[in-house]
Amino acid sequence: MSKKTKSSSGLGQLLIPLVALAILIVFNLFRDISFFSIGMKVNNSGNIVLTGNLISIIDSASELAIISMGMTLVTAACGGQDISVGAVGAIAGAVFVKVLQGAGTITVGSVILGIVLCCLATILFKLFNGTLVAVFRIQPMIATLILYSCGRSIAYWINGDATPQLNSPIISSLGMTIPGIPVPTPIFAVLLVGLLLFLVFRFTSLSLYTQSVGINQGAARLNGINPTLIKLLSFILLGVCVAVAGVIGVCRLGQLNHKTLLVDIEMDAILAVAIGGNNLGGGRFKLSGSILGAYIIQMLTTTLYAMNVAPVNVKAYKAIVIIIIVVAGSPVVKSRLTALWNRRRSEPTRRAEPSKGVS
Amino acid sequence: MADEKRTAQIRRREPLSDAQMLMLISIGIFAAMYVLAMLTLKGGFLKPQQIFDLLNDNAALIIISCSLTVVMIGGGINISVGGVIGLTVMSCALFLNNNGIENSALSILLTLLLALAIGLGFGVLQGFLVSYLEIQPFIVTLAGMFLARGLTTILSVNPVKVTHEGFLALVKTKLKISWLGYVAQNGNLIPAKIEIGAITAVCVVILMALMLRYAKLGRNIYAVGGNQQSALMLGINVKRTIFLSYVISGLLSGLAGFVFLMHKPAGNASVAMRSEMDAIAASIIGGTLLTGGVGNVIGTFFGAMILATIQKIIALSPLNASWWQEMANGAMLGFFIILQSVVLSARSKSRLRLFNNKASPGSGG
Repeated sequence: MSKKTKSSSGLGQLLIPLVALAILIVFNLFRDISFFSIGMKVNNSGNIVLTGNLISIIDSASELAIISMGMTLVTAACGGQDISVGAVGAIAGAVFVKVLQGAGTITVGSVILGIVLCCLATILFKLFNGTLVAVFRIQPMIATLILYSCGRSIAYWINGDATPQLNSPIISSLGMTIPGIPVPTPIFAVLLVGLLLFLVFRFTSLSLYTQSVGINQGAARLNGINPTLIKLLSFILLGVCVAVAGVIGVCRLGQLNHKTLLVDIEMDAILAVAIGGNNLGGGRFKLSGSILGAYIIQMLTTTLYAMNVAPVNVKAYKAIVIIIIVVAGSPVVKSRLTALWNRRRSEPTRRAEPSKGVS
Repeated sequence: MADEKRTAQIRRREPLSDAQMLMLISIGIFAAMYVLAMLTLKGGFLKPQQIFDLLNDNAALIIISCSLTVVMIGGGINISVGGVIGLTVMSCALFLNNNGIENSALSILLTLLLALAIGLGFGVLQGFLVSYLEIQPFIVTLAGMFLARGLTTILSVNPVKVTHEGFLALVKTKLKISWLGYVAQNGNLIPAKIEIGAITAVCVVILMALMLRYAKLGRNIYAVGGNQQSALMLGINVKRTIFLSYVISGLLSGLAGFVFLMHKPAGNASVAMRSEMDAIAASIIGGTLLTGGVGNVIGTFFGAMILATIQKIIALSPLNASWWQEMANGAMLGFFIILQSVVLSARSKSRLRLFNNKASPGSGG
């Protein structure tokens, strides 16, 4: 019995996102079944690639999925969100481009060097955020407001030119597809980051430590966990995620625009974390929920585009769907529904009993 | 009589609260910055008109900063304020141009009511979702922001200029104070000018300060933000208090939209973009804590003025570029945030020491 309730509570967190995803899929099935068609096409550079709405959803949600994984960790450990991920992602892109321009020719070696240096840069910036949060005890949203407001300017300052171009087969194979493999490369990046985090959680106690710091910092400290270290670690992991997302963003377009690279992704990432059923106040978390949330957001956007909604108007419809999802997942509505369900089930037994003059 | 004397003595000895301390810091820094600008940049900063210009240009920002402070004291957050301004400006501009009401005063009044109604609608919806359905305020107001921005572009993607003559006359109406003016080079006296929006903003600040200080609702908001559990035990209707704080916030955002339209009579999809973050920054600089229970509208006013002054100084200095401005804003914000953290932790330490010193002779005797 206890096992059953435990498994149902674990699934309960994923129930809302799964139902939302199912409703989106069913809606699209009825609207236009060709939405799900997947085809093969020869792209501009002569490679055979998979095409179709599903592929484009999974492909273009990659950055969001990667960042929302990191965001989940920070949310769980610190009880707050990092709103500077988009701006720091722009810095990551700027560092990446700067390194490649400095190296002269774009080779595999210089790209790897660029990725490593850009990881270091983002980790540095995230450590700045992390120090403010963990050492100075500033609320995450406020601490990250600093880089949110000036991060894109720093990206501009690193890379004076407004939109530097990168033309190389290596860049396009990172951002789109590798010749010979029909699946877009960003999808592999999501799998890689997800696998790494999964292995880290599987073989270390980081997940448990993060949850305990998020639930009760004082109690965690008394049990020998260093909350400062755990919080800094969550920010470092977020930094790596942001660097990867920034590089993908630059490679996808083959150019750097510090104003539009990963713009507004912080809001979508926080949304993905919330839709995934994670508590934004810290504590228990589920990475799979956040990833699911990221794909739901992208699927919603693509569905709206397919329904000929103008890109600038998508936000309004998105907002309505978000409100419906969060209302369905809210604790009050949940408990009301559970009470209703229980009453329904106990109704027959109550009726079966002879009435004893209930007032 | 003796009792009264004693309570007066105790009150006098009572140290500054954290919020007052943070507010004093921000007022001091505003004064220092302004004097520095007077000494180095001279020019406009030597004329009283400069302060009025700061007020005129930032009236809407001041109003939404106040609205955010009220919500933040109650322990919530509202990031939809910028979006509501955008929606209000756009719908009011369209309404003014197309309503076809002959009486211009009536038409302006209806526009004001429309602005307030939009704000009220958002406030009621968000307040209901946050307080009665217990959904996280960040997500609710994020959705509110998306909704407002999306509705704005659905109304019109193209900029809409107000052509209503009565309203344009209202835009040009300014309070003139001649004794604060200056004599121009050709010998004419140019009086200081204050826009209606700036006066509205100052009134809002005073009203909100009085409300938070003396009204029952204001005291309840502090109590709920400080600790919901104990507020509940004191018999405060926590849910209604949170709900009302969002309603106030929504109403003020609608008003801010109308004030914005009175300053720049044109609707545009990108009006007040990202201004919610400026408003949050102004509240923080003024000494409001996101955790709730601590804050002050007067401090927020000076926070907004600090942001406005930085903007003006950079616009007048040789570093006039938007990215320098953003960097300066970020640096200033970082400075304030770290300063607040250091000041608060130092004060809490010294208070602890004071407490220990007081406690030890008591236990000895």
